[in-house]
Amino acid sequence: MTVATPSPIVGRGARDGAELFRDWYGDLTQASARGEKAAYAFVMGSMVELLRSFDMNVVFPEINSLQTAVRRVSDEYLSEAEDHGFSPDVCGYVKADYALQLRGGEHPMGRIPQPSVAVLTNACNTYLKWGEIWERMYDVPMITVDVPGTRGAGMKPSARGFERDRLYVEQQLREAIEVLEEVTGRPFDIDRCRDVMRLTNEMNRDWRRVLELNRNSPAVYDAMMDGTVYLGVANALRGTEQGAAYFKDLVEELEYKVEAGIGVLPAVDNGSKREQRLIFVGVPCYPIFRRFSELFSEWGGVFVSSTYTWFASGGLDVNFDYDLERPIESLAEGLLLGVQRAVDAMLFHDTALLEAIDEFDADGVVYHPIKSCRTVSTGLADSRRQVLDNRDVLCLYIESDMMDKRVVSEAQLKNRIDAFFEGLDSRALRRASAAAGGAS
Amino acid sequence: MLYAGGVDVGSTQTKAIVVDEQGQIVGRSLMPTGANVVVIAEQAFKAALDQGEIAEADVGYVIGTGYGRYRVEFGDDQVTEIVCHARGAANMFPRTETVIDMGGQDTKAIRVRPGGDVLDFCMNDKCAAGTGRFLQSAAAALEIELDDLGPTALRGTKPVRISTTCTVFAESEVLSWLGRGRKIEDILLGVHQSIGKRSFGLLKRVGLEGEITFTGGVTRNAAMVAALEELIGRPLNVSEESHYMGALGAALIALERAIGATTGAGEKIAAGEGAA
Repeated sequence: MTVATPSPIVGRGARDGAELFRDWYGDLTQASARGEKAAYAFVMGSMVELLRSFDMNVVFPEINSLQTAVRRVSDEYLSEAEDHGFSPDVCGYVKADYALQLRGGEHPMGRIPQPSVAVLTNACNTYLKWGEIWERMYDVPMITVDVPGTRGAGMKPSARGFERDRLYVEQQLREAIEVLEEVTGRPFDIDRCRDVMRLTNEMNRDWRRVLELNRNSPAVYDAMMDGTVYLGVANALRGTEQGAAYFKDLVEELEYKVEAGIGVLPAVDNGSKREQRLIFVGVPCYPIFRRFSELFSEWGGVFVSSTYTWFASGGLDVNFDYDLERPIESLAEGLLLGVQRAVDAMLFHDTALLEAIDEFDADGVVYHPIKSCRTVSTGLADSRRQVLDNRDVLCLYIESDMMDKRVVSEAQLKNRIDAFFEGLDSRALRRASAAAGGAS
Repeated sequence: MLYAGGVDVGSTQTKAIVVDEQGQIVGRSLMPTGANVVVIAEQAFKAALDQGEIAEADVGYVIGTGYGRYRVEFGDDQVTEIVCHARGAANMFPRTETVIDMGGQDTKAIRVRPGGDVLDFCMNDKCAAGTGRFLQSAAAALEIELDDLGPTALRGTKPVRISTTCTVFAESEVLSWLGRGRKIEDILLGVHQSIGKRSFGLLKRVGLEGEITFTGGVTRNAAMVAALEELIGRPLNVSEESHYMGALGAALIALERAIGATTGAGEKIAAGEGAA
């Protein structure tokens, strides 16, 4: 394989993503210093197009919380919340945010403004109780949009009952707009909303292209490590010029890497060994985020796809563009599809996983159930059985947490990951032997 | 003559096996692991060599396994105990499709292909309930020797129900049953059934396929074998070598590395024809 000299654009997505993220937190810190408030929203069903059309600051508490783990201080936040009576079994994201509120918004990336309103859906059952905490702490309104589920995954816009569900969501969005007008003291500007939706459309198309590009071999990014950076930008800067421009650049970078045969792993660049192509299911282990990734990459493993990029993008991967001619109706359709996709990606991903194994030519699937979140962890053992019964891949089931390092044992993780790759190596040898006409 | 070695540094005991070119066991040793892992690994390996009257220079390859595998400093490579137990079990019992390994601090259920490649595995996590440590805890509470646990439990007729899922709390639960006047053999039978149920749960997660081979230190406990067989509903493959299965698997993999995995001998070993 001939490998082209790396262009300066290689690595740009990681660099620019980190910089955009720092700037975003910088903006929030300045807003806090000016005494401004923010709309608190969630990554699954954020309704950010409505919030941005009112020019509101937007805070994503889930991102704040995971950043405390990435910055290795989540234990301080969790302990503080537990001192106030939260159980060790309560969602780590909620507890870190609660401690952040007790600290007046103090965060390793800056200072977070207080909420003026909480906007949420039932995509995660914890969202509702989480929103009630701010409601009590700050006496702010809480907008809850009830989004019907797919009742078994895979409902399409053409399906019976979809239009009824869409109308149900649309009516709630119209009520939400009235509340936001009261909170901000300004009228809803539908043309401004169209502009934001147009920018989301641009980002969505590029996001789908990014996910698709990793079907190439070698993989051009790691869907767990790099994918989380991309995901952060996709959530934080959805519906902005910056966000749309970032993903346009990212597609350019990744297409260049595909063209030049530049993979994630150095050995693969040289063509000396085939990468082990993996699919990640769940939420990453943020307390040891980089090391967690290295435990796989040291063996030549690369995550070509991740269900995290499906559900934690709020279903951005769903093949849907807003119709700017009928914005509210289309916002309702997008929210319905996005939340359904996100929930299905957590609870009904079996069929999607089998398709992804084929499309991404995956060698293995890594399940990472976490103590902090039963929603994303429930049913993973059944999913693993389904995958093993239907595809010739290996599955790894490792448990830790996305926030709480007290339940993260690197030695235990390493032992299981090592055994998984030993099995993958045996599988590769067996396949090579079979291809050469030897015994299978 | 070419030899190969496997050293399994477990949490409680260190096992070493030396095999000849045919994969036959020619030397073995077993020692408590203790705190100095590097030294005990060397001592165990030398003891196995001495038993087989083999010179260290004749050993072509050594693999370390177990939780202390990276401290087998004289070894040529490390392989996880999951893969080694699977390989050892498939070698000794070639029709093995599932392995249950119960060691000092962890229990694993492993699904294997013919020849011993790992298809899937599950382990206990964050908790030592369902492992040998649970038995040690019960033995300490009842002040009886570990080797007497199995025979005593087998005399039990009315097992108590051990409801705690925590090894530490199990000790106080055992004492509370004593305080209520229950016989030691009935308490111990309950302890064995409790551990058996936990291991059975792991087995169900990987699938109770084909012949099931029981490996690890707890295989020496007849009551544990009986408890598992009752739950599974069929006999387990167990042998006197089951305790050494990880070290045996490591030695067999080492032998393959020494002579080349694609040679006739390598295939023969993988197919289980070299079983001791």
